[in-house]
Amino acid sequence: MTDPILEVNDLCVSYGKVEALHHVSLKVRAGEIVTVIGPNGAGKTTMLSAIMGLLPRTRGEVRFLGEAQPAVEVEHMVAMGMNLVPEKRELFGEMSVEDNLLLGAFMRHRLGFRDERETMEQVFAIFPRLKERRQQHAGTLSGGERQMLAVGRALMAKPRLLMLDEPSLGLAPLIVREIFHIIADLKKTGVAILLVEQNARAALQIADYGYVLETGEVALEGPSDELEDDPKVIESYLGLGGKH
Amino acid sequence: MHPVLAGFLAALAVGPLVLPEFYVTLLNYIGLYSIVALGLVLLTGVGGLTSFGQAAFVGVGAYTTAFLTTTPAAELPAWLAVFGSSPWVALAVGLVLTAAIALVLGFLTLRLSGHYLPLGTIAWGISLYFLFGNVGFLGGHTGISGIPVLEVFGTELRESRHFYYLIWLVLLGAVWLTRNLLDSREGRAIRALKGGTVMAEAMGVDTARSKTVIFLIAALFACVSGWLYAHLQRFVNPTPFGLHIGIEYLFMAVIGGAANVWGALVGAGVITILKQWLQDVLPTIFGASGNFEVIVFGLLMILVLHRAREGLWPLLTRLVPTRERARSVPAAAPLPRGVQAGNGDLLLEVTDAVKKFGGLVANDRMGLSVRAGEIMALIGPNGAGKSTMFNLISGVSPPTSGSVRFRGEEIAGLTSREIARRGMSRTFQHVRLLPTMTVLENVAIGAHLRGRRGVAAASLHLERSEEAQLLAEAARQIEHVGLAEHMFDQAGSLALGKQRIVEIARALASDPCLLLLDEPAAGLRYLEKQALAGLLRKLRGEGMGILLVEHDMDFVMGLADRVVVMEFGKKIAEGLPEHVQNDPAVVEAYLGGVD
Amino acid sequence: MDLQIALLLGQDGVVNGAIYALLALALVLVFAVTRVIFIPQGEFVAFGALTLASFQVGRTPGTLWLLLGMGAAVAAIDIALALKSGARRRIPQIAFWNLVYPLLAAGLVFFANPQQWPLALQVVAALAIVVPLGPMIYRLAYQPLAEATVLVLLIVSIAVHLTLVGLGLLFFGAEGSRTTPFSEASFDLGGIIVNGQTLWVIGASAVLIVVLYVFFERTLYGKALRATAINRTGARLMGISTVMAGKLSFLLAAAIGAFSGVLIAPITTVYYDTGFLIGLKGFVGAIVGGLASYPVAAAGAILVGLLESFSSFWASAFKEVIVFTLIIPVLVWRSLTTHHVEEDE
Repeated sequence: MTDPILEVNDLCVSYGKVEALHHVSLKVRAGEIVTVIGPNGAGKTTMLSAIMGLLPRTRGEVRFLGEAQPAVEVEHMVAMGMNLVPEKRELFGEMSVEDNLLLGAFMRHRLGFRDERETMEQVFAIFPRLKERRQQHAGTLSGGERQMLAVGRALMAKPRLLMLDEPSLGLAPLIVREIFHIIADLKKTGVAILLVEQNARAALQIADYGYVLETGEVALEGPSDELEDDPKVIESYLGLGGKH
Repeated sequence: MHPVLAGFLAALAVGPLVLPEFYVTLLNYIGLYSIVALGLVLLTGVGGLTSFGQAAFVGVGAYTTAFLTTTPAAELPAWLAVFGSSPWVALAVGLVLTAAIALVLGFLTLRLSGHYLPLGTIAWGISLYFLFGNVGFLGGHTGISGIPVLEVFGTELRESRHFYYLIWLVLLGAVWLTRNLLDSREGRAIRALKGGTVMAEAMGVDTARSKTVIFLIAALFACVSGWLYAHLQRFVNPTPFGLHIGIEYLFMAVIGGAANVWGALVGAGVITILKQWLQDVLPTIFGASGNFEVIVFGLLMILVLHRAREGLWPLLTRLVPTRERARSVPAAAPLPRGVQAGNGDLLLEVTDAVKKFGGLVANDRMGLSVRAGEIMALIGPNGAGKSTMFNLISGVSPPTSGSVRFRGEEIAGLTSREIARRGMSRTFQHVRLLPTMTVLENVAIGAHLRGRRGVAAASLHLERSEEAQLLAEAARQIEHVGLAEHMFDQAGSLALGKQRIVEIARALASDPCLLLLDEPAAGLRYLEKQALAGLLRKLRGEGMGILLVEHDMDFVMGLADRVVVMEFGKKIAEGLPEHVQNDPAVVEAYLGGVD
Repeated sequence: MDLQIALLLGQDGVVNGAIYALLALALVLVFAVTRVIFIPQGEFVAFGALTLASFQVGRTPGTLWLLLGMGAAVAAIDIALALKSGARRRIPQIAFWNLVYPLLAAGLVFFANPQQWPLALQVVAALAIVVPLGPMIYRLAYQPLAEATVLVLLIVSIAVHLTLVGLGLLFFGAEGSRTTPFSEASFDLGGIIVNGQTLWVIGASAVLIVVLYVFFERTLYGKALRATAINRTGARLMGISTVMAGKLSFLLAAAIGAFSGVLIAPITTVYYDTGFLIGLKGFVGAIVGGLASYPVAAAGAILVGLLESFSSFWASAFKEVIVFTLIIPVLVWRSLTTHHVEEDE
């Protein structure tokens, strides 16, 4: 088995006196989709932010590409090849689709690469709709297109690890289906994917391995097909609450 | 009284008897500056509104008295001559004038958010300064001299030792009034401004009025300081009222610690003494040339802010052991309650509500109803438009079209404050408590509309019986939700689950008949959810109507009497929980599988 | 007033307005990217003008010492941090920009006698000394407080302003200076005399505005700055660091300020503290633009310039009052048109 691209050990995060994440550990390997599912407020976004360096960690270790990453610096993680598509998308609303994508390659450009035009064509091949809208302001896109732009922008950095925070959020089932197909296809390019989702069924269907996060702790983990059959997961996340 | 405070007051009283003249003068200026900085603590530190223009208000106070007391009555316009040329009349005229200017400026700038107020204050700060210097009857840049000596109870305050007592009495009086005000219903409303206007307005606080009040008080303090200054100096010119000095007052408040009334004194003291000291010391180091004190002063200020961005006062309080806050709530008669709805009465009825943002239809012909003694749940996937619906009912953003009736009255288009007054109260998805205030104070904000005593009564602490009632009501609601042991803890120190319960207690303190809860179970642990469900059942049993917006199906299914399911802004199902959860459209909306 | 005077005043107003417009752009940029209300902007105007003036009278400008001193301070802090965090790779770059570059500049000034240089070279040298102070000030004063409130940043701005004004007095003394005009030519346009420097100011401002436009619209770094202004988190996730964006915006603001100073030095006497009022008027222009829109801010600044020159004719004593109360109707207009709704997110 290959060494994990991302290894999180014993991660804790606090907001003031309130601890939001307790001793979380997980691994993601190259070419693998790992999903973290769990209810609203379970600490999923907090976890991603702490891995990415947006939030300070109170305890624990993040190893990326085999190296411990003590410095909590987003820019450094981006330079290393880690990219996050955040829950709120965080697009540059008053800039064109094309400029949004170009900025996705900002760090690569700084590092001396000059292949952003080719990469953009590759992104357009994955999301043809973005090509149609390339001159439009990001703020005028529909919800699904925004999500596509957010993912496309992250792909412009040619990441080693792509972290997606709730890509299905607020999207119609059809669009969710489309986005999830694309995520499943991305896996074939060799990028490692950490997918955080509330939509447990969709996430488990495309993932190789899953973690269930509840109130800041890993409550359960396992290969995703096993999780899909786990009665507790069915009860809490896949069924509709069972019988009361 | 805290022993440190007692020692400080004693030292103040003895000071002029033992200190050389020079230090008494220095203390006089510290006192004058503190009065202005105190206003800024209230305005900027507590209320979050920044002003550069306080020096201009000082100028209004100083120039009013300078002009009125030096102009012979015969030369005054008739309506002014009636008042004679007493400094005390001039003080009153100055206060009225200041209040008028502050009200106009406040009206123009306070309704705007963000940076407009400080920018506006720069404008008037500069404008008033140039006016002082260019208006003929105010003496132009030479100013006005020969201002009479102040006389208090027959004693002429000719010497700075005598004036000292007047200045410090005024200052301590202002501190007392400010502290009283902050520790009251109106004060809680002012302190709530920093938590965002949406929360304060939802609790019935008129935030525009609260802002105006603190702006007015800060301006009046500045005016009084100017009046004192004029009679201390017995001469005025425009220099001390320019923008630079206005900036310096702000400096004092921020460096001292703008969140506390004593920060004003610390800031004024530290900056005045530091500047004096730099003026004495630096020339001996660098020689007389150059303007080193400004350079060193600027650098020191940057360093202080790097080390203590909250100012010096919090550092000082760490050195002195603070005493425990009061840990008891005074007994008081319960507050009168509003007319309660009978069980089963229709409380809320939304019909055909549409909300559009630009071209996006966030709510499309939505309808739902809530009865007294019923828990209605509004559920749907994230982004389905639940929060929009919630805001539309609670008055945060009114519907584009459609009707919202509450207890038979149309409330679409009313502000959230007006809706709160009618007996609807709410909690927030992202908890909106004031983290440094106690749980008791936070909950008492909820009871805002149940008190009526105003700012004047609060400043003089004449409203203590009403205040006791409000606090007792807050305490009762805290006990009601089972958080009695946290009553005196800082709200920010509680776990998220408990903070959500505090929000419910705050909503209950307003004596509502309908409770709107925005995702109350998000982020709660299993046991906390059980406790929350228990509390909501109890409230339902007492006849409360509850509208619950929730994402967590599990939580809702065991609790709600009826459920409305939303997707893409539309209602896709409605009915009993067990019917809804087997509805194919709902299953599809929630699961939306991949294949 | 006849047409002749009106045109003359208009010319004056447009010249001043062009300068205010440049400063307004810089203020909007710095605020949008860093949330700093950059009060010391005016000091860069004075420093630029007075550094050039020092060259022309054969004095060593005090700003050179400031460059050396601040460079040393930045180098000391950044090298210590780099050693602590194990990022030794960064040290050569830090040392070059903060130690070697200032020393090179000092060497040139001492040994190459700038008084003999052509004007264009003197201007370049003045900018080369003053402009790097911008990012250094950001590093020393603002970067440690990047997450602080706007109020704290504002107070720091004021402290920086006080320090720089004090230094300005120390470096350049209390007397004002004027520099040689870029052009001695004057033109007779239908009876109005337009002198060369006026055209220089207007032309150079226009060119600079176009250059800035191209920078923001066409270059990746310009877009990165805009992106930071629009969405800080989003920008960080692209690897655009807040520190880099902050330094870059301060570099641009310092360049705009110093260049403005160089432009006006031949037509107005510049004192060590002249910058503050000029900066404030740029500020009024920026407020008219709501601290957000570049074109509106520039238009507002021109309006300020015109208002100033015409009011100095009719009511010169109240010139400043009239200019600064211009903000009030703008605020009224904004309060009637802006609907501010707090996000519940």
